[in-house]
Amino acid sequence: MIKLEIFLQTLIQGLLLGGLYSLIGVGMTIIMGVMKIINLAHGELMMVAMYIAYVLFTAFQIDPYFSILIAAPVLFFLGIALQKYLINPVLRVEAIIPENQVILTVGIGMVLANLATIIFQSDYRQTPLSYASKTWYLQDYWKSSPVDLSITAPWLVTFLVAVLITLGLWFFLARTDMGKSIRATAQDSEAAMIMGVNVDRMRVITFGLGSALVGAAGCLFIPIYYIYPDIGGQFTLISFVITILGGLGSTVGAILGGLVLGLFESLTATYVGMGWAPVGRFAIFVAALVFLPGGMASLLKSKRMK
Amino acid sequence: MLEIRNMDVFYGDVQVIWDVSFQVKPREVTALIGTNGAGKSTTLKTIAGLLRPSNGGIFFNAEDLSTVPAFQRIDRGMVLCPEARRLFIEMTVEENLDMGSLRGRAKQQRRQTKDMVYELFPRLKERRRQIAGTLSGGEQQMAAIGRGLMSLPQLMMFDEPSLGLAPILVREIFEVIRKIQADGTTVLIVEQNVKQTLAIADRAYVLEHGRLVMQGRGQDLLNDPHVKSAYLGM
Repeated sequence: MIKLEIFLQTLIQGLLLGGLYSLIGVGMTIIMGVMKIINLAHGELMMVAMYIAYVLFTAFQIDPYFSILIAAPVLFFLGIALQKYLINPVLRVEAIIPENQVILTVGIGMVLANLATIIFQSDYRQTPLSYASKTWYLQDYWKSSPVDLSITAPWLVTFLVAVLITLGLWFFLARTDMGKSIRATAQDSEAAMIMGVNVDRMRVITFGLGSALVGAAGCLFIPIYYIYPDIGGQFTLISFVITILGGLGSTVGAILGGLVLGLFESLTATYVGMGWAPVGRFAIFVAALVFLPGGMASLLKSKRMK
Repeated sequence: MLEIRNMDVFYGDVQVIWDVSFQVKPREVTALIGTNGAGKSTTLKTIAGLLRPSNGGIFFNAEDLSTVPAFQRIDRGMVLCPEARRLFIEMTVEENLDMGSLRGRAKQQRRQTKDMVYELFPRLKERRRQIAGTLSGGEQQMAAIGRGLMSLPQLMMFDEPSLGLAPILVREIFEVIRKIQADGTTVLIVEQNVKQTLAIADRAYVLEHGRLVMQGRGQDLLNDPHVKSAYLGM
């Protein structure tokens, strides 16, 4: 019985983590779809949002969940500014290295991480929240349950908000004209232009939107994690893995990829060892590249064709 | 309605259109014919704003389009059905149609126009929830034409609408184009399918190596000895 309990608990934890990973990955993937570049400053943008939430909490006691309403718009405009004034000028240059915008994003990430080190020092910091350790147990609600499972409040709220934001994004992309225009730009920018889509504007908005999404994810991470200036790098890697796993530019793929990665990491942590989670992450990354180069999106597509 | 004046177009350093001038008169079908690489598609792309002419001007309803970006030209009442359809292949048929009516009056009348398009192409209505990439070639062409019609255009430009279609579908597409013209829309068409194109064209221009070499009424060109030997294999 204990074994089953551990297994189910691991699945729950993986799912909760996966929901948050999906939100992080989706931001990178929509930028990838529309701009055709990988934004390697993605995790650092998340770090910026985390420090915004941290400062709002320590200075004004604003709950990290509420600071989404401030951090996401700030990140939206930060993303727009980066795209307009740094990435776009580089895109226009014909250079020897075709992907030099990608290298530029690495540079942006480094600058952000080091600015954070200058301002906040490289200390690990945490926001002490009153509800941080509040936990619900299944047996409190269902006395005769054969297994006892638990869920902590911040993890659950974080997961639910991440799902809500992801659903909101899906609705925006599927149902609104602007969302459709963004998808059209990703699929065929020239045809979109003919149909009256201001493609340059869509690219700028998408970069802002992707940044805002990862910004929201940063705020959601605050109650369950600690922060330090170099935290961005690992999340850039995580979102890169999710983007590959999902299929480049596929939103649904990224959502599934995030869930799969969360579950996989959680299983590795339980059954192999805590320290092995990143190994699991890269094992699945390599496996995806070798066995499923089109990502989850290619699976969805082949099913649709039948 | 549309006037091209002394237009030169370059790809990088290579000039592909040389001093081309022609006119499209309202409510007529105007055809540009020529072989592969004669510059027909380039001409249409330039009119649509995807390429910039280095010399000369494009005037639509007497307005100089040189400062009008590509995405605003659809507001002026012109739309291009691009070569190889260029549908948004991961969107449904209906979403593709919506993409044709993003702006202004076309957006307000989206519902009515869509009903009209579905009436013209009942097949599209059956498949409106299907992903565009899974349609057959003929259905994709219908969707592309439908998407163009959704913008309520005064001038509709077709780039090789018969490309890759079976003969029976080619005839169907030409009938549709004829119908669109009969409903009051001006048509500019580029085709390699010279015979059928000239048969529906009120006016036609022949492009060779990026230069206009001949013009006339469709029927006259059909009987012209040069056109016959060079394009009709007679």
